[in-house]
Amino acid sequence: MNLLRPRRGFTETQEQLATRHSRGKLVLTVFQFATLMGVIVLVVLLLTIINNSFGYSAVENKVDPENLTVNGVPLEGQTKEQLVAALQQNVSAGLFARFEHDQPIAERDAANIYDLIQEYVISPEVVESWNFYDSLTRKDEILVLMQERYPNAELQFLSWVNWDFVRSQQSSHPEIAGVRTAILGSVWTISIAIFFSLPVGVAAAVYLQEYAADNFINRIIQTNINNLAGVPSIIYGILGLAIFVRAFAAFTSGIAFGAADPSTANGRTIISAGLTLGVLVLPLIIINAQEAIKAVPNSLREASFGIGATRWETVWSHVLPNAVAGILTGSILAVSRAIGETAPLVVIGASTFIQVDPEGPFSKFTTLPAQIYQWTVRPQGAFHNIAAAASLVLLILLLALNATAIVLRNRYSRRL
Amino acid sequence: MSQFLRLTVRKSTPNESMMAGPPNLREQNQAQKVPDLRRRPRLRDLTIQGFLFLCGFLSIFITFGIVYELGKESLLFFGNRQWSSTNKPLAADISAEQTVFEVGSSGTPLQGDANYRIEREIIHIDSINGTTLTVQRGFGGSPATAHRAGLTLEAELRPDLVEFFTGSEWAPHNGKFGILPLLNATLIVSGVAIVVAVPLGLATAVYLSEYASLRARNVLKPILEVLAGIPTVVYGFFALTFMTPLLRSIFGTDVVNIYNMASAGIVIGILILPFVSTVSEDALNAVPRSLREAAFGLGATRLETALRVVLPAAFSGIAAAIILAASRAIGETMVVAIASGAGPNFTFNPFEAAETMTGHIVRISGGDMSYNSVDYNSIFAVGLMLFVMTLILNVISQRIVRRFREVYE
Repeated sequence: MNLLRPRRGFTETQEQLATRHSRGKLVLTVFQFATLMGVIVLVVLLLTIINNSFGYSAVENKVDPENLTVNGVPLEGQTKEQLVAALQQNVSAGLFARFEHDQPIAERDAANIYDLIQEYVISPEVVESWNFYDSLTRKDEILVLMQERYPNAELQFLSWVNWDFVRSQQSSHPEIAGVRTAILGSVWTISIAIFFSLPVGVAAAVYLQEYAADNFINRIIQTNINNLAGVPSIIYGILGLAIFVRAFAAFTSGIAFGAADPSTANGRTIISAGLTLGVLVLPLIIINAQEAIKAVPNSLREASFGIGATRWETVWSHVLPNAVAGILTGSILAVSRAIGETAPLVVIGASTFIQVDPEGPFSKFTTLPAQIYQWTVRPQGAFHNIAAAASLVLLILLLALNATAIVLRNRYSRRL
Repeated sequence: MSQFLRLTVRKSTPNESMMAGPPNLREQNQAQKVPDLRRRPRLRDLTIQGFLFLCGFLSIFITFGIVYELGKESLLFFGNRQWSSTNKPLAADISAEQTVFEVGSSGTPLQGDANYRIEREIIHIDSINGTTLTVQRGFGGSPATAHRAGLTLEAELRPDLVEFFTGSEWAPHNGKFGILPLLNATLIVSGVAIVVAVPLGLATAVYLSEYASLRARNVLKPILEVLAGIPTVVYGFFALTFMTPLLRSIFGTDVVNIYNMASAGIVIGILILPFVSTVSEDALNAVPRSLREAAFGLGATRLETALRVVLPAAFSGIAAAIILAASRAIGETMVVAIASGAGPNFTFNPFEAAETMTGHIVRISGGDMSYNSVDYNSIFAVGLMLFVMTLILNVISQRIVRRFREVYE
């Protein structure tokens, strides 16, 4: 770097000056390019996800749905009785008995029977899938390939993310698998995390900002919170595994409350996951809430003290109402980090495959990011498609949360 | 805390402040019945304050919980005894009291002054002479019993700290306890991440703080924030479905593995880019304007001012940013769990698959493991190592930040 070397002498020719300026411009271009890299990467990342969420697929049906039409009425429009008949005709007696055993056919509704027919009778299988870009640019090649490799398959343009995907349950067939269980699991765990960490976090922040004198123990607490915020999330997962899943297994499995069967239940439940996430976001909530409380002007406190309010009265009726917007915004940001957390949940044992909706804090769980992870590590191509679709759902969810945070901030700050 | 102390002091000498005042004023006050205006201790306020303190103190409990659990299970790991077969058979039947006997010549060689196991009995070999062993029977409280010819000896394996830090093979269930492969992979992935993130992040920070117009900043800063807010598992998906194929098409599929450290490292670099740029930008903004104006006054161009005046002045803050980013990269889990491959591999080639420390923890705990296995204990030992590494980096970075704040505020 020649330009870093000190120049000797006092005279500088026009050319030297021009060189210095042109160097400046050159390096500026480099800086601009580096800054643009962030933007480029973000765009590429989103495009990658979209690219994998849509595209042509070669779908092979075990039974053609057209063979299941009754009197010209397609499967979608049939009554429950017709659907049951179609199901009974096309699956083995043993399998039908299993459906009856899981939940009596009489109690199931038509939509449920329809799902069963989709999964076990028609059983569509994506034998190969192409991404969005290839589908647009190489359609002819794809058609040729289809003829060669899968003469029986039908070429469909699939949008992997659709309403059915959000609505249906997990399945071992990527074509009909959905993220409903995962979304519900995420909502449950996050609710428990907020329920635990928001009150505790705000209380700790109030203590540190409003009460704590500058002494040894309070300095330790403050330093400790800053350090906890930097601990890798997987360490919290290990902590959760050792404490919530194992040590408190009697409580987190629900056995102590008579809510679960002692012979099969274990501590890998929603409540363990929620508490682990709660501990994880606690330092973030404390730090954000401290910033919000710090921003409340001191004159408010002094005025309150001046008319004889106690410290707690000051905090409760002056400091907290004025800090609530900041606290909420910070908490939502902390929560949106918790929603995306995967590693600690995988460590404490997010179930790889559950098909039933979580019923309460003592159910087994999976969450949206954990589901994305499970699908991503599978080798079959179609699972990558639904992983991308689930990522899209997750990103939309996060975007909605962040938008809420911004709206809240604007609304409350106007009121002040 | 000191609030409590102050209150108790006041309580013990209730009239302290009044007594300090002039006696005639006191009498005057009493005569006029002026209400007592001193702060009175209130039970409600004290309870609330106590509760708030407990909430703050909870963080200390969490730290203790982390250290205690990691430490306890790590001790179990290092105290764990493993037996691995040597395939060395007994040459003849031995009785329960026999201390000198022959073994066969096949199998892995035995070592003197070490523990072995035959069936459930533990023996301690004192000396070896060819195939003749001199042993102590019934070692460590195990029952000494007779054994038949052909039974094989099992060697005792016990992870010790020396092997943990120097061994180049990691397979806890097979008695290989060297953490170097995991550590090496972690350092390579983080190294790649730092190489990607630091130049880009620094250039972004310099551009945003020294060059960019307000409008450009208002557009670019939120984009960086979005980049920081994307879940890491999505980055993992990105690494596997975009970065790895890209690397393979550039360097060739025979050079680059499907799972490789370079892809994971580059994507982690992108992931920590916002941290580097935001913290560095704060450091650059903390440099007083007067320094820049002085440089401009001397005829320096914008670039010369930025590189030779502002950057050196903000050096400590930038160093802190880089250390913080390194700590993030080391602790990052999902990207490596997805893109960098399973199975420890002691290699310096970033295009090969290798498991990092965090990747190992995820893989082991993701499967169904029993709580008493050496695998289960091993994730705590690895976790403790990870915790200590990131803690040291965080503390260093905080120290540096504190110091650089003192200079300019």
